Amino acid sequence: MLFTILLGLFSAILLIPFGSRLKSKWSILLPLIPTGIFAYYLGFIPKIASGASFVQHIEWVPTLGVNFDFRLDGLSMLFMLLITGIGTGIFFYARTYLKGHPYFDRFFGYLFLFMTAMMGLVLSDNMLLLFIFWELTSISSFFLIGFNNDNKDSRKSAMTAMTITGMGGFFLLAGLVLLGNVAGTYQISELIEYKDRIINSDFYPLILLFIFLGAFTKSAQFPFHFWLPGAMKAPTPVSAYLHSATMVKAGIYLLARFFPALGGTDLWSYPLMIVGGFTMLYAAIHSLFRIDLKSILAYTTISALGILVFLLGVGSREAIIAAAVFILVHALYKATLFLVTGIIDHETGTRDITKLAGLRKVLMPVAIAGILAALSSAGLPGTFGFIGKDLIYEATLHSKENLMLILTILAVITNTCLVAAGFMAGWKPFAGELPREYSQLHLPYKSMWIPPLILGTLGLLFGLFPSFIGKWMSLATANSIFGAETDLKLAIWHGSFNTVLILSLVTLGLGILLYIFNKPSEKKVSFLEKFQSISSQSILTRYSNDIIRFSTWYTGKFHNGYLRSYHLKIILFAEGLLIYKLWMSGPIQIDFDNLTPLTIYEVAVVVILLGALLIVVSTPSRLTAVVSMSVIGYCICLMYVFYSAPDLAMTQFTIDTLSTVLFVLVLYKLPGFLNLASAKQQYRDIVVALGFGAILSIIALKVLYEPIQTQTSDFYGENAYILAKGKNVVNLILADFRGIDTMFETVVLGIAALGVYSLLKLRLKSSEKE
Amino acid sequence: MELLLVAVLGLLYAAGVYLILRRSMVKLLLGIMLLGNGTNILIFLLGSITKGKPPVIDADHNVFQDIYADPIPQALILTAIVISFALTAFAIVLLKRVYALVNSDDLDDLNTPEEEDI
Repeated sequence: MLFTILLGLFSAILLIPFGSRLKSKWSILLPLIPTGIFAYYLGFIPKIASGASFVQHIEWVPTLGVNFDFRLDGLSMLFMLLITGIGTGIFFYARTYLKGHPYFDRFFGYLFLFMTAMMGLVLSDNMLLLFIFWELTSISSFFLIGFNNDNKDSRKSAMTAMTITGMGGFFLLAGLVLLGNVAGTYQISELIEYKDRIINSDFYPLILLFIFLGAFTKSAQFPFHFWLPGAMKAPTPVSAYLHSATMVKAGIYLLARFFPALGGTDLWSYPLMIVGGFTMLYAAIHSLFRIDLKSILAYTTISALGILVFLLGVGSREAIIAAAVFILVHALYKATLFLVTGIIDHETGTRDITKLAGLRKVLMPVAIAGILAALSSAGLPGTFGFIGKDLIYEATLHSKENLMLILTILAVITNTCLVAAGFMAGWKPFAGELPREYSQLHLPYKSMWIPPLILGTLGLLFGLFPSFIGKWMSLATANSIFGAETDLKLAIWHGSFNTVLILSLVTLGLGILLYIFNKPSEKKVSFLEKFQSISSQSILTRYSNDIIRFSTWYTGKFHNGYLRSYHLKIILFAEGLLIYKLWMSGPIQIDFDNLTPLTIYEVAVVVILLGALLIVVSTPSRLTAVVSMSVIGYCICLMYVFYSAPDLAMTQFTIDTLSTVLFVLVLYKLPGFLNLASAKQQYRDIVVALGFGAILSIIALKVLYEPIQTQTSDFYGENAYILAKGKNVVNLILADFRGIDTMFETVVLGIAALGVYSLLKLRLKSSEKE
Repeated sequence: MELLLVAVLGLLYAAGVYLILRRSMVKLLLGIMLLGNGTNILIFLLGSITKGKPPVIDADHNVFQDIYADPIPQALILTAIVISFALTAFAIVLLKRVYALVNSDDLDDLNTPEEEDI
């Protein structure tokens, strides 16, 4: 399993050096990779269908619980086949769709990366690994959505998608880490063993909240749904891929994957049922008001995702079966509809359904694909969509008594709208009279219309022979979502006129009526735009603008470009922190017995030092300041002499002399100090400075009271002669015990010397000087 | 004497902080030097200070016979003095260059050279 993921990744990387060569006829190699992976996974079907699962374990960071754990079971199998199978179609399609595009190779690089991320996501059995791939899908889809990067709208919608899904990613990470800590394992397949512990944990509501937020943002649930219609700015193959089977289904996958371990409680069911139920209804109604083909498809996609979230929320055996089948149903018809839309857009240059009609006369195979998909999405008996719809009604009818009626009505309304919307997208462009302007259209290359035709036909075949797909695929999927046997059996005809069948037919009839009477028009679109200002999208945009304004203000305040202002802030902050710490550590104690006695010449030195200090601070003359500075240095030097530090005294003396000489030599030409600060500023600075000095003094006093640790010093004292054959301990520490440190210090000095030399020698050109 | 040193280091820090809050580049540099000196004295205080007993072993013996001043703070300060000299020397030369370019000692004149076209 790892090698298929690596294969995708390597293909993406290999496109960097070889991409430009692949623009010609060699580009046929590109779709062969997903085809190969698809074929490879098809081989697993018999074993998966008999209930087996495959695992692969490679250690990565075992101490942190992060490993390359991959697991192929019924659920990941379904997704793998969708990702690579529909991926194959998309790759063939995109090769023609983007022929001659200057960034042809780049597009396929992103596409490979995205496919890899999706494969990794559905195969991961480790929560943290899953999260990594999850983020990778967000990132790679950002590039895909923003592929037309010279278009402002395209960039904007890529940013929106990235922001929303990225935000969800944060929550997901928090949820997964919490879950991992509560359960004590990051292995997803082991979680179910700890189900009791997880559900009874105090963190359970929080874990659910975080994981739900992750899933809702990715799967475009209300109120995070708006990134999905925006993402329609992407090239059509991308829309088809991201929105039928992959990106947006990742959230569904996540919920399905964690259903056995987290599901089955009220805390799980109600949020999903409410959010999913509201989303499916809201988006289904919304789709009726659109006239752009891709917009209609976007909203029906959101609605379908809502249905899936809703079903996972209901969580009964019937609901899980319905979800397992509906994922496949939806992927098949939605990918077809997107691809058909892409062809229409490519050929006619418009996606406005009020202008499109009669295209069946020129684009026959495309029309067949589109109509098959529309019929499947409408749930006509004999299509796969009919079975999906049956199962959904079965699930709502078998839910709890008190909810049954509401849920069923909700499902009927949603499905009615979806039937109408499906006909709008898949039927309307092909029906009626062909406008004259389109009569010269001709069929695009085979590689563009064959993939949607295959997908559309599959929708029909699976509908005619449901027991086949049920036995080989959907049973295993439903079992691994449910975590137990579901006894799923698919059939066209349940053998009697039951409520489900009646509901299906009612939905179909109402949907067709709605399609006939709901005439899409510009007016309805503009009617909807009136509500734009209260939509979650504009609220979020307003918030993000406020954040930008706040950070501009904040940065301007703190990063104003004045060094002294930075100093002041840093020092004030340090003072605050230190005062707090000193306050907490209790009163100062001084041990007067241990102090060394004062002598008169020490006092004299200190008085001279303080006098010089006052001059440095207050003098208007630069030279006086520099000379006073050297007086301070010599006074300190004398103190070192008093207190047994001859080496320090010598060093201080030399260095001080050198600095002063350098100062005077280099800077004697400068003018005197200007008094630039106001008296008020000066007083403020004096207070701040004295405060800082006082804090440091207090720290020194506290240090004095602490007992001194002498082990290290004793070691050097005792071993100075024995180990280093010397008698001056300070010298030995520097030159022997810590010799390498001193060597590097010398290097630092050397670098500084080089800097000084080159600055002195630097001759600027006259142009640089002014 | 320790108390006196405590007072001295506090005042050195205060003067240093005051100077780095000024606009003049030379004052900034003097402030940094004062802060360095204050820090040296602080480190010096960290080992107990001892009068007239340098950490040098007698010529006749191989180990210390008497108490001796703590050598570790001294070694640290020695390093600090040398490194701060490197910093000072570099800063002084840099100051000279800046002065040659902008003809001013005022830090604010460095802020927006594009706008003021110096």
